Amino acid sequence: MPVAGRRAYERVSLWERLKRSEHAYGFAFVAPLIFGLLVFTYGPVLAALGLSFVEGDYISISRWVGLGNYGRAFRDELFWRSLVNTTYYVIGTVPVGMALSLALAIAMNQELRGIVFYRAIFFLPTITSAVAISLMWAWMYNPEFGVINSILKMLGIKGPMWLASPRWALPAIMIMSVWRGLGYNMLLFLAGLQGIPKEFYEAAEIDGAGAWRKFLHVTFPLLSPTTFMIAILSVIGGFQVFEYSYVMTRGGPLYSTLTVVLLIYQRAFETFEMGYASALAYILFFIILVLTLIQFRGQSRWVHYEL
Amino acid sequence: MGALRAVDGASVQPSRRATARPYRSLRKAITSIIAKVIAYLLISITAITMIFPFYWMVSSSLKTEVEIFLVPPKWLPIPPQWNNYVYVFQQVNFGRYTYNSLKLGVLWTLGVILSSSWAAYGFARVRFWGRDTLFIITLAAMMIPGQVTMIPMFLLMNKIGWVNTHYPLWVPAWFGSAFGIFLMRQYFLTIPQELCDSAKIDGCTHFGIFWRIMMPLSKPALASLALLSFMGSWNNLLGPVIYLYDESLFTLPLGLTRFSGMYVTYWAYTMAGATITVIPILIVFIFTQQYFVRGVVLSGLKG
Repeated sequence: MPVAGRRAYERVSLWERLKRSEHAYGFAFVAPLIFGLLVFTYGPVLAALGLSFVEGDYISISRWVGLGNYGRAFRDELFWRSLVNTTYYVIGTVPVGMALSLALAIAMNQELRGIVFYRAIFFLPTITSAVAISLMWAWMYNPEFGVINSILKMLGIKGPMWLASPRWALPAIMIMSVWRGLGYNMLLFLAGLQGIPKEFYEAAEIDGAGAWRKFLHVTFPLLSPTTFMIAILSVIGGFQVFEYSYVMTRGGPLYSTLTVVLLIYQRAFETFEMGYASALAYILFFIILVLTLIQFRGQSRWVHYEL
Repeated sequence: MGALRAVDGASVQPSRRATARPYRSLRKAITSIIAKVIAYLLISITAITMIFPFYWMVSSSLKTEVEIFLVPPKWLPIPPQWNNYVYVFQQVNFGRYTYNSLKLGVLWTLGVILSSSWAAYGFARVRFWGRDTLFIITLAAMMIPGQVTMIPMFLLMNKIGWVNTHYPLWVPAWFGSAFGIFLMRQYFLTIPQELCDSAKIDGCTHFGIFWRIMMPLSKPALASLALLSFMGSWNNLLGPVIYLYDESLFTLPLGLTRFSGMYVTYWAYTMAGATITVIPILIVFIFTQQYFVRGVVLSGLKG
């Protein structure tokens, strides 16, 4: 009998057996993904590493330069300039943007009427393309005829040249960026706030805690996973800023708004130095990775996951 | 804890609580009113700040070339110069750009939701060799900035003759997006396993379970993913800037960038162009706000 049973099993065709195998099904479901990961993600990641060691345009690779591209970046004043600009942008926008959106989320979390309406308004800049946003702000920032300087003039203040001034161009872009990100971060904070059980506040009230101490000892610790996540996303996103400078200033005046990604774009697709551009992209990748790791390392000091 | 203590207090010391209550609740009521007034003030000021640039864009787009340069500015565009829009449509092919943006948005979105939920089903409901490792590799892909893969991708697209076509801007979406897979897998895991088991007993294969049970039950998650994907594609600038040269292939953001470059000082026309690109996504947003909101909250969870 066991022999017969075995024969019956062998008679089942390979196709039938495949159809019954979970492994085959699993592979069928992830096959497109594996292809995509190889061709569109990990393949290009390795290729970019290889390209960062050569010199060449899009027609041919001219020569192997080893770490030469990285050395060149180290000596490249424009690269340092873009790195300083981008760091300044991140330091200037992330904490301010997070504080403002947290305040707004706490306000939105009071049981008020018309929340859905306000939420839609706050979210408007997020769904609008960066190009349209940049153009409308570029017009508002116009030194002579822009509405911002007109309002400042009515208040008796002589407004700066904004995008035309090396000193004010980057702050102008940063103000716009904080304005644009407010609704998105507010929404994430609001979701976090609504996840805090009401009992914690009731308990704190019974213990005699006022509004500030409730914020400090209940809201802030229980919201810390959300805060942490927004900080990570904002820093990663901030280092990849590109569109605002590309549309509004092209990196000028005097490279005051040149960001790392704009420089990578210019080297890759305007001066066609793809080896050098790949090296710059890898340096950016490394910076983002290190900053993310530092934030993950530091989270044990202030992020509380237990409820 | 708090609830328990409150119950205790009420039952053990009823008299003390009864006397203390009016004071406490009066103070509480005043604090709550003050909090609400501050909240409304903050929300209203922010709302005005959010709306004003949009108002100014539309208002400027309806002014004459003289009105737009008035100092102090003219706050209302009266009479509105609708001809600005006619002129913009005559000068620039915004109809064509809108069609291209729509086409790419639809193809990209369909690709993301179908391929991501396809792979997500594998991760959520099939046990196969190397599954968890592959999932981690997929999630790790989210960490890689697009700028790193951008140059080799361009070389690849150049080699197969896809530069200056729409293919690079939608085909990759059909092979799964890491974020979409993560989102759909999380959603699939909340669907009871028993449903799939009984379907399996009725002779349903994994493909049948995926298409007839999981997909119809996942409509909210699919809607959120679809909207986020569509928004990403609709507003994408870097991709079209790199791959598209022919004006007939331009998308709205790229067309608007080039247009504003040509009409640097013609702010009324530039603002009309910007308004044209904002309106379609605004209409989509008004009708689908709840899915957008849910999608954003979910997108934040990936961190």
